[in-house]
Amino acid sequence: MVDDPRAGGPGGGPGTLEPTPGGERDWLRFRDDPAPDEPVVTLDTFLDQSNASSVLIEAGDDVRRLAPVLDRVRLVEIDFPKFRDGRGFSSARVLREMGYEGEIKATGEVLVDLIYFMRRCGFDSFAPHVPLDRAEVEAVLNRYPHVYQHAADAAVPIWQLRHG
Amino acid sequence: MKILTGNDLKTGHVIWWDGQGWSLHVEDAVDAGDRADAIIAREEAECRVNGAYAIDGEKTADGVRPAHIKDRIRALGPTVRPDLTLKPADPNAGNWVI
Amino acid sequence: MYKYDQYDQAMVDARVEDFRDQTRRRLEGKMTDDQFKPLRLKNGLYLQLHAYMLRVAIPYGTLNSRQMRKLAHIARTYDRGYGHFTTRQNIQYNWIKLEDAPDILAELATVEMHAIQTSGESIRNISADQYAGAAADEIIDPRPWAEMIRQMTTFMPEFSYLPRKFKIAVIAAEADRAALRWHDCALRIVQNEAGEIGFEVFAGGGMGRTPFIAYRIREFLPTDQILSYLQAILRVWNRNARRDNIHKQRMKILVHELGEDEFRRQVEEEFQHFLALGEDFPQAEYDRIAAYFAPPPFETDLSEEIDRSDPDFALWADHQVAAHKAPGYAIVNISLKPIGQIPGDISAEQMELVADLAERYSFDELRATHAQNLVLPHVRKQDLHAIWTALHEAGLGEANLDLVTDIIACPGLDYCSLANARSIPVAQKIAERFADAERQKDLGELKIKISGCINACGHHHAGHIGILGVDRKGTENYQLLLGGSGDEETSQAKITGPGFDEAGIVDAVERAVERYREIREPGERFLDTYRRVGMDGFKEAIYG
Repeated sequence: MVDDPRAGGPGGGPGTLEPTPGGERDWLRFRDDPAPDEPVVTLDTFLDQSNASSVLIEAGDDVRRLAPVLDRVRLVEIDFPKFRDGRGFSSARVLREMGYEGEIKATGEVLVDLIYFMRRCGFDSFAPHVPLDRAEVEAVLNRYPHVYQHAADAAVPIWQLRHG
Repeated sequence: MKILTGNDLKTGHVIWWDGQGWSLHVEDAVDAGDRADAIIAREEAECRVNGAYAIDGEKTADGVRPAHIKDRIRALGPTVRPDLTLKPADPNAGNWVI
Repeated sequence: MYKYDQYDQAMVDARVEDFRDQTRRRLEGKMTDDQFKPLRLKNGLYLQLHAYMLRVAIPYGTLNSRQMRKLAHIARTYDRGYGHFTTRQNIQYNWIKLEDAPDILAELATVEMHAIQTSGESIRNISADQYAGAAADEIIDPRPWAEMIRQMTTFMPEFSYLPRKFKIAVIAAEADRAALRWHDCALRIVQNEAGEIGFEVFAGGGMGRTPFIAYRIREFLPTDQILSYLQAILRVWNRNARRDNIHKQRMKILVHELGEDEFRRQVEEEFQHFLALGEDFPQAEYDRIAAYFAPPPFETDLSEEIDRSDPDFALWADHQVAAHKAPGYAIVNISLKPIGQIPGDISAEQMELVADLAERYSFDELRATHAQNLVLPHVRKQDLHAIWTALHEAGLGEANLDLVTDIIACPGLDYCSLANARSIPVAQKIAERFADAERQKDLGELKIKISGCINACGHHHAGHIGILGVDRKGTENYQLLLGGSGDEETSQAKITGPGFDEAGIVDAVERAVERYREIREPGERFLDTYRRVGMDGFKEAIYG
């Protein structure tokens, strides 16, 4: 039994939004390191250019192609061309399963109600094309006290809580 | 004629544009002419209607009737539950629907 | 049956508040319906022809009397006094107000029920054999795995926006009472030569506009690896499915396009990956859940005798009662297909009566079936007459299980905004045409299934006789199909030829049925005769 109802929250800790040193603009970034500022390039270009460090994953791209060059990736931007296209959820989780620890940023049509699930898949920054309401983001990130399954975060699934 | 219909946002009731607002009764529907899109946009934005759309209708002796069977069923209620239609007491109320 | 612990309850309670907040934002105009739609659909709330419709999940079709009474209460308080059982063992209400929806969910949560993932592009309610835990022919009760799958697939982050809906069914008998191979993913518990149990796995089935019967992709999967395997299937589909055409995004299309072997190869590759991640629930969790499904304390030394002196009762017992695994017990099927009524509809009062019967005679358990009927799974044979008497008085005593009048029908154009034609009036007219009990009995097993549009919610592809309503230049038109099946010998029905109007389709069905009577060989069901003679044996009789 866990006393803190939020102990299983996304990202392995309470899903609150602390103001970051970067100021208001960065409140949708859940990382402490400086944000990479190099422009992203497409996956094909990234694989061709040995000096690029930020890559754009489009909905149909196979992120597993990054495996051989993972050590030079600092930022992966995963684009959601429309919210109905959920391939990016798998892309993020696959990246985390590959051991990638750098930033994964969701861009495009990011629905506030899906941010909680995106956090669980390993996204740790968001640049939606329409601005999100901060109070709403905070509410959705803290809505669920537990999780039923593993994902890319450190949240402990209910079945593990049940059996210590 | 072009008539406008949709559902009440809160209750889900089928409603018809009567020129001033939204009515439960298709008989109150008015011709929206070429203003359909503008009315729908305004009324949706004001949350006075949900899922509004324009359909073909015709004026009959008994009032306005939608051209397509789907909207005629919407206008009155399920044909298999006359007790749940807008006119449960009138056994002939649904004669024009099918 | 399963009982929520504090975790399950907290999750469902949180979903109520989540939906309350989403509804508030919609009512305040902070969201358009385009934005709200995927959110409300993930919680079973549609905007239908006349109002909002709420679909409530009945996991693997199992519910108790307290839950059924709550469903009655909701029908009476928030709807118009009735509900409709669906072909996914769920119940839906047709006249819901959006502003009431969060309160209804809060009421459901008090009896461990919800509407989570009963619609939208999500992993839907898990369906199962309605005789699970009772059937004489099953290997083991499949519901503990169904419950594990329910938990794992609830709010699954990676599959927050699947290409389309995803339907899973679980059974554990040779006989298929759950239309297994019409599912995206279907699991049948089998026993191998060593006596171990495992899953036979099927994938890529589905009805709709492009019907496919699921392929068997695994002969034997150890039961403790099922959650890894399911995730592997979901990931292969989520990553590879088309996203450019909503009609081509179901998993059946991907399996078909990749080919059975390549799909299997990709799933096996992901499966090995997930196994290594440790995604499967441990044995202790299976044991915890399975304990809830332990057989009820059946009495021993019960009489097997059924007093058949009342002919009306005897007729009902012949058709509605199935074999139970415990001596002296029986499974009772309650028909929700009284002649001339709406298939699957049930009033609040009838719900309460059925709840009373479950509490008094069936260890407090009820089941909903995909054929839109109800089941009392564990009743003493000596109580059958009392149960029949109560059902009969409530208008639920029809004796027509699997007969020509036990028709599956979707709500059709009377309720559904997607429909092209009405289904219910066709079902009512066919039932009235064949109402005579002797005639029904003579015709034997004959499953008619009616859909009001190509989405096939009425399972017309799986009907011995299927009917598909279409819109022909603004008028209702009905296509006739023959030869489908949802049982262990699954087959897809074929269209006979040109369609009919509403009166014409009833006549056409009768001509097909009479043709069967003429040419059947002893012991043949309609489907057997069709399989022997093919469409040619029927076509002339239908079209003259």
